[in-house]
Amino acid sequence: MKEQDRGMTLIVKTITRLTVGLILLFGIYIVSHGHISPGGGFAGGVIVALSFIHIMLAFGKEVAFKTVSQKVASVFESLGALIFVTLAIVGIGYGYFFLNFLAKGEPFKLFSSGLIPLYNMAISFKVGAGLFIMFIILVMFRVTKKGEGE
Amino acid sequence: MSVYFLCLVLFSIGLYCILRKRNLIKIIIGIIITEYAVNLFFVLIGYRMHGRAPIHAPDQEVLNMVDPLPQALVLTAIVIGLAVTALIASIAIRVYEKYGTFDITKIRKLKG
Amino acid sequence: MTQHLLPLFVAIPLAAAFLNALLGKKIKRLSDLLSAVATFALAAASIYAVLLFKETGVIVYKVGGWAPPIGIAMVMDGLTCLMLVTVNVIAFLVSVYSIDYMEKYTEKWNFYCLFLLMLAGMNGVIISGDMFNLYVFLEIAAISSYALVAFGTEHEELEASFKYAVMGTLASSFILLGIVFLYSFTSTLNMADMSMELAKRGPSQIVLLVSVLFLMGFGLKSALVPFHAWLPDAHPSAPAPISAMLSGVLIKSLGVYAMIRVFFSVLGATPQVLSILMTIGTISIIVGACLALGQWDFKRLLAYSSINQIGYVILGIALGTPLGILGGLFHLLNHSVFKSLLFLNSGAVEYATGTRDLQKMGGLKEKMPVTANTSLVASMSIAGIPPFNGFWSKMIIIVACVQAGHFAHASWAVLASILTLAYFMKVQRYAFFGELKEGLSRVKEVPLFMKLSMIALAVLCVAGGLLLIPGLSGGLLNAASDAVLNGKDYGVIVFGAIK
Repeated sequence: MKEQDRGMTLIVKTITRLTVGLILLFGIYIVSHGHISPGGGFAGGVIVALSFIHIMLAFGKEVAFKTVSQKVASVFESLGALIFVTLAIVGIGYGYFFLNFLAKGEPFKLFSSGLIPLYNMAISFKVGAGLFIMFIILVMFRVTKKGEGE
Repeated sequence: MSVYFLCLVLFSIGLYCILRKRNLIKIIIGIIITEYAVNLFFVLIGYRMHGRAPIHAPDQEVLNMVDPLPQALVLTAIVIGLAVTALIASIAIRVYEKYGTFDITKIRKLKG
Repeated sequence: MTQHLLPLFVAIPLAAAFLNALLGKKIKRLSDLLSAVATFALAAASIYAVLLFKETGVIVYKVGGWAPPIGIAMVMDGLTCLMLVTVNVIAFLVSVYSIDYMEKYTEKWNFYCLFLLMLAGMNGVIISGDMFNLYVFLEIAAISSYALVAFGTEHEELEASFKYAVMGTLASSFILLGIVFLYSFTSTLNMADMSMELAKRGPSQIVLLVSVLFLMGFGLKSALVPFHAWLPDAHPSAPAPISAMLSGVLIKSLGVYAMIRVFFSVLGATPQVLSILMTIGTISIIVGACLALGQWDFKRLLAYSSINQIGYVILGIALGTPLGILGGLFHLLNHSVFKSLLFLNSGAVEYATGTRDLQKMGGLKEKMPVTANTSLVASMSIAGIPPFNGFWSKMIIIVACVQAGHFAHASWAVLASILTLAYFMKVQRYAFFGELKEGLSRVKEVPLFMKLSMIALAVLCVAGGLLLIPGLSGGLLNAASDAVLNGKDYGVIVFGAIK
């Protein structure tokens, strides 16, 4: 099968090529501004995952796996959770579990708010990678032999 | 009062769907409806008339905001619901692979 | 500094779970080691927590330094200590057992990841002092258990897991609905604050509605009889270590513990609720025993027996008298020991012979002496033969029943105890004694780690009765039953303990 036959039509592919970077960027924006405007790790992570799912829908799974393979995604997922737990445990050293040990922020400043942006980043790793893997697992199943059991 | 009633109706629809339907996918939809009825109820309980979104913005007084706590909690509940739904859906897919059907009356390897 | 023990009960298993997911695939044997070390650390920490509790009393931990009722609180009182010891010690032994048992499955690291997540959820439920956190941790434990039941991905496992997941999700919806009503009524989520607020408002219809919702939700989680249908499918279908965890501790920490906490500490146990619980407990005892009697599948029989024994726990606690609560909690501890041991035995038999059907077994005593002897100990313990631990707790429950004047409940409990003896004699007779069946002549004893954890649990079964002597257990049981009895002062106690 030739490269251009996989996935959807040319129109979809072209539009995807134009928009997918913007979607990814928007996701990163939502994550990084989570502490000063609506959004945050979960919402941003979903948008990041959607950009990869977008590639997969338009170009087929081979191209999508070239950008992010399932293995890389699962590494990112575990890393996100580990960063989150580690930050929480480090807080114990400063007095309390989940304690904010960085400088407290001022309203409406991007580089402020102590640990919240870091937590948001960890959550976005976890959610983005997790949703992507979830999508792969739900899409990739094949019904091999019908009525095999009964 | 209508909030309570409508959420009860939605919850009952979900419950009916879980109890009465034979298709695995429809049961999953029933679970989702039940969950969302509870989530909707939680959000609506925190709402107040003509309240505004609980977002602090420059040059705005903190007045007449809706209760932000239920919204945060419902977000968590939705995430949990997403995880449960994905898990049950993948189990249903595997069941279909094994049994070749979504009909629960035909999926009966376990007795009792 | 010592109070930092509390968050570690959640943080250690979470960190270990994700390390497993990250590295387990690449480095062989790492996941075994990691999970054994993590669960050992938790078991040691839980025993240390008991000693700590004796010195300092109730500990309230402010997460992130925010004081309750605004911030999230973690609370350690007597009941929490008891549950932490139960859950973490069993988890450690089960984790040791799985080192050898899980060899026959692929993707062992996934198993450990889910197992540790489930443990984190259970520990979270136990130490949480906040209603919504309780719900979140409950869901973490429940979701990982759905996945673990389906771990074998065969016909039965998937079907059982689907059933369990649907029932469990419905239960969680009921619990969340109850929490929503409580929040809208009291405008707080902290359990201590909530209990004080409810006591101030006095009895109301909302509390009644919430009680019913929680009864359904936690009743489904702990598989009391009208809500038990999922348990006999789900527990046998899981891999044996997970069956031991599910029957041994999961239904207790998610169902019974949460029910005690909510009804006794937050809502205030009214006589109506207690009498309902007592009736449900008695029905569970009888129905569980009768259904177990007719089973030929080893693990399914054990699953029905769990329903039966959970009935004893609920009956004891619902009596509401000091002796009854002591007996109920002691039986909870004992049941988790011997039921885990029995499930591990059934796993060992399945590992060696490849079958769970009692009719196809026979004469395994000579081939598998360790398994046979430990299962004999566990069977006698669960059937209530002195001097094993099950005897003492059942006796306390029945005596408490008689003392409180509930003769009917007491006689049903005695009758069901005899039935318990009957169906465990059946297990012993068909599986371990008698003629060796053909085709079983090449059966070998199970590997070392499986033997070790079964022997450890059997020792606990024998020594369990000693916990009743207050000096030996560090007042563990008395502190726990005091915590339940003083449930209505929960708010005052917790706010008094904030430093």
